[in-house]
Amino acid sequence: MTLARQSTRQNWRPSDLLIPTPAGLYCPPADIHIDPVRPVARAMITHGHSDHARAGHGAVLATRETLEIMALRYGEGFTNSRQVAEPGAVTRIGLVDFRFVPAGHVLGSAQIVVECNGLRIVASGDYKRERDPTCAGFEPVPCDIFITEATFGLPVFRHPPAHAEVAKLLESVRLFPERTHIVGAYSLGKAQRVMALIREAGYDRPIYIHGAVAKLTEFYEAEGAPVGDIRPVVAAERKALGGEIVICPPSAIQDLWARKFPDPVTAFASGWMRVRARARQKGVELPLIISDHADWDHLQATIRETGAGEIWVTHGEADALAHWCGTVGLKAKPLHLVGYGDEGEAEPEAAPSEANP
Amino acid sequence: MNRFAWLLDRLAYEPRRNAKLALIADYLRTTPDPDRGYALAAMTGGLVFQNAKAGLIRALIAERTDPVLFALSYDYVGDLSETVALMWPSSPGNPSPLRGGAGVGGEKSERLAEIPAVSLIRAASHPVVRPPSPYPSPQGGREEPGAASSEPGHNRPPLTLTEVVAGLRNSGKTELPRLIASWLDALDETGRWALLKLITGALRIGVSARLAKTAVASLGGIAPDEVEQVWHGLEPPYAELFAWLEGRAPRPEATDPAPFRPVMLSHAIEDGDFDKLDPSAFQAEWKWDGIRVQAASGTRPDGTRVTRLYSRTGEDIGASFPDILDALVLDGALDGELLVRREDAVQSFNTLQQRLNRKSVTPKMLIEYPAHIRAYDLLVDGEEDIRELPLTERRKRLEAFISRLASPVVDLSPPIPFADWDALAAARADPASAGAGADAEAVEGCMLKRLDSPYLPGRPKGYWYKWKRDARLVDCVLMYAQRGHGKRSSFYSDFTFGVWRATPEGDELVPVGKAYFGFTDEELVELDRFVRRNTLNRFGPVREVTHEAGSGLVLEVAFEGLQRSTRHKSGLAMRFPRISRIRWDKPPGEADRIEALEQLLPA
Repeated sequence: MTLARQSTRQNWRPSDLLIPTPAGLYCPPADIHIDPVRPVARAMITHGHSDHARAGHGAVLATRETLEIMALRYGEGFTNSRQVAEPGAVTRIGLVDFRFVPAGHVLGSAQIVVECNGLRIVASGDYKRERDPTCAGFEPVPCDIFITEATFGLPVFRHPPAHAEVAKLLESVRLFPERTHIVGAYSLGKAQRVMALIREAGYDRPIYIHGAVAKLTEFYEAEGAPVGDIRPVVAAERKALGGEIVICPPSAIQDLWARKFPDPVTAFASGWMRVRARARQKGVELPLIISDHADWDHLQATIRETGAGEIWVTHGEADALAHWCGTVGLKAKPLHLVGYGDEGEAEPEAAPSEANP
Repeated sequence: MNRFAWLLDRLAYEPRRNAKLALIADYLRTTPDPDRGYALAAMTGGLVFQNAKAGLIRALIAERTDPVLFALSYDYVGDLSETVALMWPSSPGNPSPLRGGAGVGGEKSERLAEIPAVSLIRAASHPVVRPPSPYPSPQGGREEPGAASSEPGHNRPPLTLTEVVAGLRNSGKTELPRLIASWLDALDETGRWALLKLITGALRIGVSARLAKTAVASLGGIAPDEVEQVWHGLEPPYAELFAWLEGRAPRPEATDPAPFRPVMLSHAIEDGDFDKLDPSAFQAEWKWDGIRVQAASGTRPDGTRVTRLYSRTGEDIGASFPDILDALVLDGALDGELLVRREDAVQSFNTLQQRLNRKSVTPKMLIEYPAHIRAYDLLVDGEEDIRELPLTERRKRLEAFISRLASPVVDLSPPIPFADWDALAAARADPASAGAGADAEAVEGCMLKRLDSPYLPGRPKGYWYKWKRDARLVDCVLMYAQRGHGKRSSFYSDFTFGVWRATPEGDELVPVGKAYFGFTDEELVELDRFVRRNTLNRFGPVREVTHEAGSGLVLEVAFEGLQRSTRHKSGLAMRFPRISRIRWDKPPGEADRIEALEQLLPA
């Protein structure tokens, strides 16, 4: 699709540039979707989590890391044609300029800056502001419209510093030298971040991992993430892992697999652990409030930093965040996009190819 | 307060019963009087504060937060205490919930001051290891770098549980809000949560009164029932109880002349059981669809009468039933079913509900919904405890007791005559013609009790069985879903469903009930996902989901009975509805019609 007329910023409406559709955000003048939840001809992907990065699109534009993560998860044939978006470089499609800027969520995660005729919209994907030794930090981009997630968009969510949560874990390991500490962590990003934080805290014993975490951890390591000595759990040797730290996908902490360790302490690294009922629902004894999403304070700070006059909220607690925007004079609307980490499970399950350890 | 807060916090995360017991016992062993006594009272529901109520908490948080954000947060968290504890502005000088800042608010640094949860795990595995105490010192325990104790939100001053209880009991309505707010300002998140739990009275940490009593009994190495025996004569903070358990004083006199005695419960009978059971060794009774109660009456040394009506868990529900209390003028303890009886017929549970959970009753209600006890056992006859006698003996004593009492609101639950199991099955299928007569609507099956059974606390095997009437089943279509509370917080777990009915414009679904259990945790995840993916409209916490002939979800709903109701659009009210199966396979157009239900209504 091409636009015949030369527009000016004044007569451009935001809805001409980006519109929410059942498949995801769509940019009509460039005929391309952002993080589509169903197969489309052309897609831009913000990051590799399986609810944002799906297989089967005709062409994909994403950061090099995200493309590699998708290939790891879905196989090399996940798309017909891939194009690397260099961080900060402009890719022009039709009349629209696109730029990928780090989002601080997981390795390779990016915000997508969409600009046309002086109107600038930033689709931030998932993001966090807390320092993460395994990925580039979020860079705020001034814009007219800021599109944000709201996974933790309620004032009950204020994440404590991640290093203090890791200190809780290590204190427990010190106190129970005979028990295995099993830490549930999402296999892309959270698991490796926890490993790196454990290393920063000075713990240098091997960290053991579930098979479902292995491929991505190898990738992170090759990309330079300081994860240290990582070893796979050998099923037959689980009994001998008392006192060790084992990292596995969240679904595995309640599996029979986890019960073969000596007197395991069940931990789970997630922003959801802030709410007691959520920890109890998962049978977690040692909740670690470590999130790869911005908390309530950080969502607000980020919105203010962008200087945007209008805020679109894609998923999560969209109504609450949009309400807050209203109270500080910002125009805001919840998009209620379906398919992204539904409130209950904002951090995605492992992709199908990783389901079997 | 810190030790108590950490106990509650740890219990909330501890799924294992034995570990919970160890945690509580360890706390009680290592905490001085009177704090431990008040903690025990909190866990057994023994602390009730006249003026400190949930409404006060709501008012306090409303002054400090945006109402919309509070409502959304409460809806998400599903627990008032926890929502307020998390949202409470940590710095009293900065009450706005709209703090900008890049995450360096007081709340952040405050969390550093929290004690690693791990120190409590130790308590779970090594309950007997005393020093070093697994609990934080009153000063806030393990200090972490950056936790300046002068910081707002830090746990200073060392507030004791006893001070809190005294403050909540003795402060007037006008001074209480300021007092509670000052505590909330001083406590950390866990402390705030525990304080609010204490005030709202619903701990919801997976600890029953019975479990707490089991833990306290372990201090003296005795059975929990021995604690029950003396329990109702004691008051918080239970100093004489601890003195007795620790061997420092004699057993407390059970000064309460009408104490609660743990009730005897039955097992559901399985098909295979009948072959193994001899019909002639059993007595059969109707299983009444009311609420199980224990009515106890006794005389104090000064001659005054004490009468109490207890629920099956020992909760005193007498205030709602003055008509029953007035009728119990003989010393003794009855076990029976609380019902509403009108015009010589027992009414449905639906009618009984008008009398339940009320703090006070109006004279009009006493007349419109007259309460009644249908007695089936006698535990104490005069001053004699007869629980060890066989059922046949107790039954004789019961009959004599009821005839001496001669009250119009207390009668006997009649035995069902039967020769063999087939005869009993026939009676169960048609209670009206097997002796229940006009009361048949309130019968929900049969009870089988061994004639030689003593009255034992708990659910002993092999004595009493319940044989419930088969549930009715109906295929309904899911129409609305609401988020649950407590354990189900943040899941869509309360489901409103409907059946088809004809209208001039064609068929439409009419809601016939609401259910929030019957499914497994795994099914709940699937139902929750279905709701989120098929939302048509949002009304606050309620979502309307797709419900058309061609698309939607069919739920097989089981229920115990059906009544006419003016409160529901369908004119029907289900008793005890629950999801029995999720019919992913069935198109909504094939769900049941209203006529199928109307056939089941009592004439």
